[in-house]
Amino acid sequence: MVPTAYYLILAAMLFSIGIAAFLIKRNVITIFISIELMLNAVNLTFVAFAHMWHQVSGQIFVFFVMVVAAAEAAVGLAIVLSIFRTRQTLNVDEIDLMKS
Amino acid sequence: MTPMPWSYVWFIPLLPFAGFLVNGTLGRRMPRVVVGTVALLFTALPAALVAWLWMTMCSAGAPASFDSTIRPFGYDWIATSGFHVDFTFAVDHLTLIMLVVVTGVGFIIHIYSVGYMAHEEGYWRFFAYLNLFMFFMSVLVLAENFLLLFVGWEGVGLASYLLIGFYFKKASAANAGKKAFIVNRIGDFGFLLAMFVLIAHFGTLSFKDVFATLARHPEWQQPGVHFITAIALLLLLGAAGKSAQIPLYIWLPDAMEGPTPVSALIHAATMVTAGVYMVARCHALFDSSPTAMTVVALIGAATAIIAASIGMVQHDIKRVLAYSTISQLGYMFLACGVGAYAAGIFHLLTHAFFKALLFLAAGSVIHALSGQQDMRSMGGLRTRIPITFCTMSAGVFAIAGIPPFAGFFSKDEILYRTFTSPNPLHIVLWLVGLLTAGMTSFYMFRLWFKTFFGEPRPDPNATSHSSIHESPWSMLLPLCVLALLSVIGGWVGIPAALGGDNRIERFLDPVFANGAATATVATTGHGLELTLALISVLVAAAGFYVAYIFYCKKPGTADALAERNNRIYNLVEHKYWIDEFYGAFLVAPLQIFAGFVLQLMVDRAIVNGSGAAAGAGVRGLAWIERKQISGNIRSYAGWLAIGAAAVIAVMIFGNVMKGHL
Repeated sequence: MVPTAYYLILAAMLFSIGIAAFLIKRNVITIFISIELMLNAVNLTFVAFAHMWHQVSGQIFVFFVMVVAAAEAAVGLAIVLSIFRTRQTLNVDEIDLMKS
Repeated sequence: MTPMPWSYVWFIPLLPFAGFLVNGTLGRRMPRVVVGTVALLFTALPAALVAWLWMTMCSAGAPASFDSTIRPFGYDWIATSGFHVDFTFAVDHLTLIMLVVVTGVGFIIHIYSVGYMAHEEGYWRFFAYLNLFMFFMSVLVLAENFLLLFVGWEGVGLASYLLIGFYFKKASAANAGKKAFIVNRIGDFGFLLAMFVLIAHFGTLSFKDVFATLARHPEWQQPGVHFITAIALLLLLGAAGKSAQIPLYIWLPDAMEGPTPVSALIHAATMVTAGVYMVARCHALFDSSPTAMTVVALIGAATAIIAASIGMVQHDIKRVLAYSTISQLGYMFLACGVGAYAAGIFHLLTHAFFKALLFLAAGSVIHALSGQQDMRSMGGLRTRIPITFCTMSAGVFAIAGIPPFAGFFSKDEILYRTFTSPNPLHIVLWLVGLLTAGMTSFYMFRLWFKTFFGEPRPDPNATSHSSIHESPWSMLLPLCVLALLSVIGGWVGIPAALGGDNRIERFLDPVFANGAATATVATTGHGLELTLALISVLVAAAGFYVAYIFYCKKPGTADALAERNNRIYNLVEHKYWIDEFYGAFLVAPLQIFAGFVLQLMVDRAIVNGSGAAAGAGVRGLAWIERKQISGNIRSYAGWLAIGAAAVIAVMIFGNVMKGHL
């Protein structure tokens, strides 16, 4: 059986990669993906702890996170599409004004 | 039950304070008549109250003393564990005499001021300060503990400062005010230390408790116990500051920059006698320390003779009186120093009458000459201002010690008590006192002759000599009252040797009952007392005669004598260079210290520097903050991540550290 710590270490690594990508990358889509990565790192810890304590609540949380993430992805991708249509770019450094 | 006056004792200070508030806040907008009426009313009522108190205390069956504790807002004044001070007023016979002087003479001088200040700017300010002084002085004499006395003590110092600097546009007046305040501060430092020692050893500041504790511990009077002497000497330092004794007398002559009624009220009759009152009030402490008693007597005698010698050569009429005041205060200290407290208080009483009179009369002379104070420009005023002349003569004869004027009895009592005191130095002290009496008589008659006799000496600056005028009645009436008191005021203390029964001494007996000197009275006969009285009268007459020769018969003699003894004359005329000495050895080093250490190092480097450093620090932090708040979303996210990482680190490693600790 794999010890819980391994899952946690993997989750921490995924989360850190997510943060790093979020901070470094300029493309909105990439940033979006890095957010998903962080969310999934958190999901992994939830599941790991749920398994460790034999409690189902952690897994239920994961479903909630997935639902929110799906909704967020739908809204977020729509925003990304409309930004690209108006500005012809996905570089966040250039999208710093509310009015175009 | 009929109302007893001591239920109303607290009105005595409160009424002048109300007058101060009214005149101080509304006076600027009120007409002069109203200001004067308010000031007079709020000093007349306490005087009436004191008169009522006096009659009650003198009637049969009255208690020797009583307290009236005031609890403002229902609380104790100061109460900590094991130490407690109350807002208590007490009246005994000593306080009663002081109250008579303060409220009685104070009221008379208020009347005089209405006339004297009639044309001055800041009329309301003057009366507000004067009422404030009356308030603090009443608190001082009514206080039942050292701390409350100290409140009054500081308050009269404040009022004195404000009134000396009344003409604050004049640089010399403003400086004189500061000098008085700072020199007094040195004395107050001694007073404060004395209170600390008292608290340390007695655990209380109430007069009654301190003296009761002292009486319970006769072993404290053994030669090996020093703290009583320390307390007494520190109190003496405070008294020397307030009462202008050596080494702190230098402020009083400069205090003459204030208006003349102020000189009369504060710097002659009442405030400067606070030191004498305090020594008399604490007589139990002084009695327990022969060393302190000797120091008091020596300081008194030295001050008396030195101030008298300076007074002999001054030309400013008010300065002569100022040095005379210092000298007479020296007499009072001498009396206290030989244990004759009643004689000291008796002299305080008569001195308040005749010195207030002399100052007010001098003010009348100055008023008549439109501000001239230099005696070299006076002369022949006898016929021009006859009422002032008559009243001032009463004062001059009184202070010179000519019987039966007031000063004779009190001064004679002091000299007699000095002569018969058990102090080993008593003969020396008596000789000094006698010599001072002669000098007093000389300089007072010098003033008298120079001002009122001889040819009128025209003032080169005066516009016309015909402008000399007698003062208004509001000024002359107080002069007449005080002149009457200067004549008959001494009759309350006619000694037994002259057929009287020394009523004032018996009046004060409940307060000074354990005075050291009372025992010696019975042992000496009346012959000695009469002889001593005769000697002092002869000395006073000699002073009169010398002054007559010098300044009336052969006016050139004094100048010729001064010319021949040039060096001594210069020394005395420049007041023994004491001011210059203090200036060079105390003031200058202090100013250098203040300039370099305090201003440059403390003020500039530490105070200003810390301010500047704080400013720079905040600016540096702000710079970091400004860099952080960049407007870039991703940098915020980065800070967020760093913050989260820091929180996690603290949670993990903090627990680890705690485990180690």
